[in-house]
Amino acid sequence: MIEIRQVGHAFGERVVLRDLTLDLTERRIAVVGGNGSGKSTFARLLNGLLVPTRGEVRVDGLDTRRDGKAVRRKVGFVFQNPDNQIVLPVVAEDLAFGLKNLGLPKDEIARRTDEALRRYDLHALRDHPAHLLSGGQKQLLAIAGVLAMAPEVIVFDEPTTLLDLRNKRRVAEAIDGLPQRAVVVSHDLAFLEHFDRVLVFEDGRVAIDDRPSVALPAYVAMMS
Amino acid sequence: MTPYVPGDSPVHRCPPGRKILALVAAGTLLFAWPRLDLALAALAAAALLSRLAGIPVRLMLAQLRPLAWILAVLVLVQLALDGWQAGLLVAARLAALVLLAGLVTLTTRSADLIEALQGGLSWLRPLGVNPAKVGLAIALTLRFIPVLAAIAAEVREAQRARGLERSLVALTVPVVVRMLKMSDDIAAAIDARSYDPDRDSR
Amino acid sequence: MSTRDIVFVALFAALTAALGLFPPVTLPMVGVPITAQSMGPMLAGTIAGSRRGGAALALFVLLVCAGLPLMAGGRGGLGIVMGPGGGFVLMWPVAAFVIGVLVERSLRSLSAWKEALILVLGGVVLTYAVGIPWIAAVARIDLAKAALGSAWFLPGDAAKVVLVVLIARAVRRAYPTLQAR
Repeated sequence: MIEIRQVGHAFGERVVLRDLTLDLTERRIAVVGGNGSGKSTFARLLNGLLVPTRGEVRVDGLDTRRDGKAVRRKVGFVFQNPDNQIVLPVVAEDLAFGLKNLGLPKDEIARRTDEALRRYDLHALRDHPAHLLSGGQKQLLAIAGVLAMAPEVIVFDEPTTLLDLRNKRRVAEAIDGLPQRAVVVSHDLAFLEHFDRVLVFEDGRVAIDDRPSVALPAYVAMMS
Repeated sequence: MTPYVPGDSPVHRCPPGRKILALVAAGTLLFAWPRLDLALAALAAAALLSRLAGIPVRLMLAQLRPLAWILAVLVLVQLALDGWQAGLLVAARLAALVLLAGLVTLTTRSADLIEALQGGLSWLRPLGVNPAKVGLAIALTLRFIPVLAAIAAEVREAQRARGLERSLVALTVPVVVRMLKMSDDIAAAIDARSYDPDRDSR
Repeated sequence: MSTRDIVFVALFAALTAALGLFPPVTLPMVGVPITAQSMGPMLAGTIAGSRRGGAALALFVLLVCAGLPLMAGGRGGLGIVMGPGGGFVLMWPVAAFVIGVLVERSLRSLSAWKEALILVLGGVVLTYAVGIPWIAAVARIDLAKAALGSAWFLPGDAAKVVLVVLIARAVRRAYPTLQAR
């Protein structure tokens, strides 16, 4: 469970989040909102990439401020632009990067790398330079790299925004098929329809917090 | 990236660290004792070793091509000033070293070479250099070069549309700014994947 | 170094390599090919600062020595360092570091002229001070001749200093990276 208690966040003078208190327990949670509504900042608070300037965020009782490293093992993160997430030059090497950081034994790293690559049809490309993959393949590699680390929750920050229609669908299917809990920031409303809960952000606050059948139409009305 | 020539010769099998040390030793030796017989012996050794490693003569000669005009000028200057022996010494020494260096490059996979370098850097640890961090930096550099080349090509296209393609400033500023913004995201992505910069090398 | 510093180091090492990809410009009067690559240490020093800039160029030189074809024209290998131009290349990390220190020290009152002076000092004077004796030693010619031969590259270096001043000032306005010390 992720507990958010009286959380506020500001970058210098600019306040982006105001006094949030939430419990995140559902299997699929969607986060929507306009540009600058604070949703990306919110996502980064969930695994301690950002530490709130006020209040606290706890994951299974661990405070992101004090136990950042332990929190990041529980909560994985997939970024909008896979080019900025792929760290090492070769596909299999990059996939193993997070596993090495966890300090796993070599044969375990090899086993999990193999499994994750097969899952997303990247196995034939394992010795390929990562920069030559297509946009969709890059995002799948980014997801595979996080999935192999076996976190309990994965946070996605606009994972399909930069992809074409076919790859959007491919990545959306990949997210649907995850055994883990997921928090997904997205503008792709059709993809969010069967989620368990939708948080609509506006001006640093949660304006609507409801089932998709209620929250998504209300969000569309709010934006038009 | 390296033009590696696969093989199973003793030259290929020699550990990369030992090859680099041998090369540095040869360079020091040839400059400490500038003697024609030593330089010629080194040249002969380079030829012999590349034969042993099964490197085509054509590839070895290609190593010398970028140096061709420098060599020519040097030999001419030395001939005019100090006689033919001095000219021959300078040319033979330079050619021998470049060939030996080329031989190391052609018979070693770059991944092995990088690993050897990372291992070889552990003596810098007392100076505050952490070999594991150097290893990550090396991998990131290799990852970024094609990314930067792609950004540069993209920006060049955008500038061409505005008739600015010949201006290096108009090309470089957007590339560098984009790169700096990217670096924040990349650092966050590395941290998000549980990288711990202060942990010791494995 | 933090994760972000390591990323900076890698980016400026990669930038130096990428600058080697630009086709060399041949100066009309002199006829010497000028590559953009020696702008790498200057940009690293002025934008990434002393520690990160120096480390970036040290990393670049290390990779070149390891045989990666990162030098202009796709060259690499220990032959570069062992060759006549080796002194210049080996001074790049020092140049980046010195430029970084000087820029950081005068960041509060850094006019374009002052920045150009710093770049000339670190990027030209310092590198030639080692590069020229190196040529003389490798080629066994006397210092004066080595200096004369290197002088052909001075017009190109002057042009690069101007370019780097323009680039660094524009980048610093868009994205400040350094803190005054």
